[in-house]
Amino acid sequence: MTFAIQFVIDVLSLGGAYALMALGLVIVYGILRLVNFAYGELIMVAGYTMFLFSGSGLPWLVMAAVAVIMAVLAGIATDYVAFRPVRAKSVTAVLITSFAFSTLLQNAALLFISPRPQTVPLPALFSQTVTIGGAITPLRNLITIAAAVILLALFALLMRRTVLGIAMRAAATNFTMARMLGVPANLIISSAFAISGFLAGVVGLLWIGRIGTVVPGIGLEPLLVAFIATVIGGMRSLSGAVIGGFLLALIDTTLNYTLSQDLLKFRDAFTFSLVILILLWRPEGLVKGPATGQRT
Amino acid sequence: MLEVVDLEVRYGAIRALRGISLTVKKGELVALIGANGAGKSSAMMCIAGALKAAGGSVRLVGEDITSGKPESIVRRGIATVPETRDVFPDLTVDENLTLGGYTRRGDAAGLAEDRAKMFALFPRLAERCGQPAGTLSGGEQQMLVIARAMMSRPKMLLLDEPSLGLAPVIVDQIFAMIAQLKAAGTTILLVEQNVAKALSVADRVYVMRLGRIAASGTAAEISAATDLSALYLGAEP
Repeated sequence: MTFAIQFVIDVLSLGGAYALMALGLVIVYGILRLVNFAYGELIMVAGYTMFLFSGSGLPWLVMAAVAVIMAVLAGIATDYVAFRPVRAKSVTAVLITSFAFSTLLQNAALLFISPRPQTVPLPALFSQTVTIGGAITPLRNLITIAAAVILLALFALLMRRTVLGIAMRAAATNFTMARMLGVPANLIISSAFAISGFLAGVVGLLWIGRIGTVVPGIGLEPLLVAFIATVIGGMRSLSGAVIGGFLLALIDTTLNYTLSQDLLKFRDAFTFSLVILILLWRPEGLVKGPATGQRT
Repeated sequence: MLEVVDLEVRYGAIRALRGISLTVKKGELVALIGANGAGKSSAMMCIAGALKAAGGSVRLVGEDITSGKPESIVRRGIATVPETRDVFPDLTVDENLTLGGYTRRGDAAGLAEDRAKMFALFPRLAERCGQPAGTLSGGEQQMLVIARAMMSRPKMLLLDEPSLGLAPVIVDQIFAMIAQLKAAGTTILLVEQNVAKALSVADRVYVMRLGRIAASGTAAEISAATDLSALYLGAEP
């Protein structure tokens, strides 16, 4: 029983973080049909903001809010710097500019901050543990689950109940038609980047909360996780991204529990083999997205 | 209301529109007819801003709107119903209508009133209001896109092939509704291949062939023209 509780908490907390990462990537992909390769750097921006504010004496929540805001701004900047100037011209160009922007941000961090891990301030809550039904678990896992539940609910509310959300869902299916109803293309795209940045910012705090430090390359793993989760879930579907995130967490956690110590370092090989099997079975991902729209 | 002068559209080297001119007056229903590939839909999409004009101009109530962005053209008062229909299949009927009113999203009272009006005109939509639009039949989808376009309270409605792929009974219903919209004072530019249907509701008609206007006149004149099929099919009179 204790084992089961432990397992469920681990899957849900890892899955919550993965789902939020995947959602942040797929919200932009759904509308532009382009993967934002600078997505991981939004997490990095949130981390370094925390580091830079660490001596400021501000309450942790204020620093966290500033970090999330910086990630949102970095998200919007990605649109303006890497996407907007070349969006209409060439898909290849956008892929390259988004890589370039990612490299630029990483190198800026290397140059102006440091290649070495920097300690990020964390509230005492993050290092405490609680006992639930006999299972001892870090409190930050429960915080991650709560954050994921709240953000997924807010996100669903935004997409279903607000005109902006409805317009974004419409633009993901048929951008031209949405524009012919008066929905401004740039507003929708910038909103998608802002939401992506917001999710990356929150995930960044939770993700860095596990390690306690930030390095320039911190965004690579979340980007990879988000990408794999969306591929499993179906690149075109928001709910697919969330399902993909939780499924990937289930696979990872199961392997963590079952593989022997010697095999554990090859965990990713096992994970990816399973991903390949899933894709052979469902090449479009688990959830089929809306009918094909056009790229803008 | 709408003045199109020498409008040209090109797809690479192909000239889809070779300089067409037409006018639509306030309250009028003007039909644009012609065979497949005559350039009717290109004309429509160019007016709506979804295609760039290679030459010529489009004016709405005296204002130049040539090659404007689609979102700014709808804000100025032209609502478009493309031939591909383009309901948002994952959105409910209600959400589709909400987006139709996007340009007036501050005006909650007015939108509620228009929604009630559209549900009165298209009772089928009221019944299916919570259903995803992708589950509607072709005829219902056509009703939805017309209702959605009307939600912006357009000065003018562009209707592209509303009869396309629909059963004759449904086509009759759709045209009865178009006649009702016209009676309510809506200015309409209608692109249609179903000539008999188009002539039955139109005030004036332009016949297009190979990217040009081949003939124009009142619906009665065009119906009476013995060489209509010649004009339509391309034999030189």
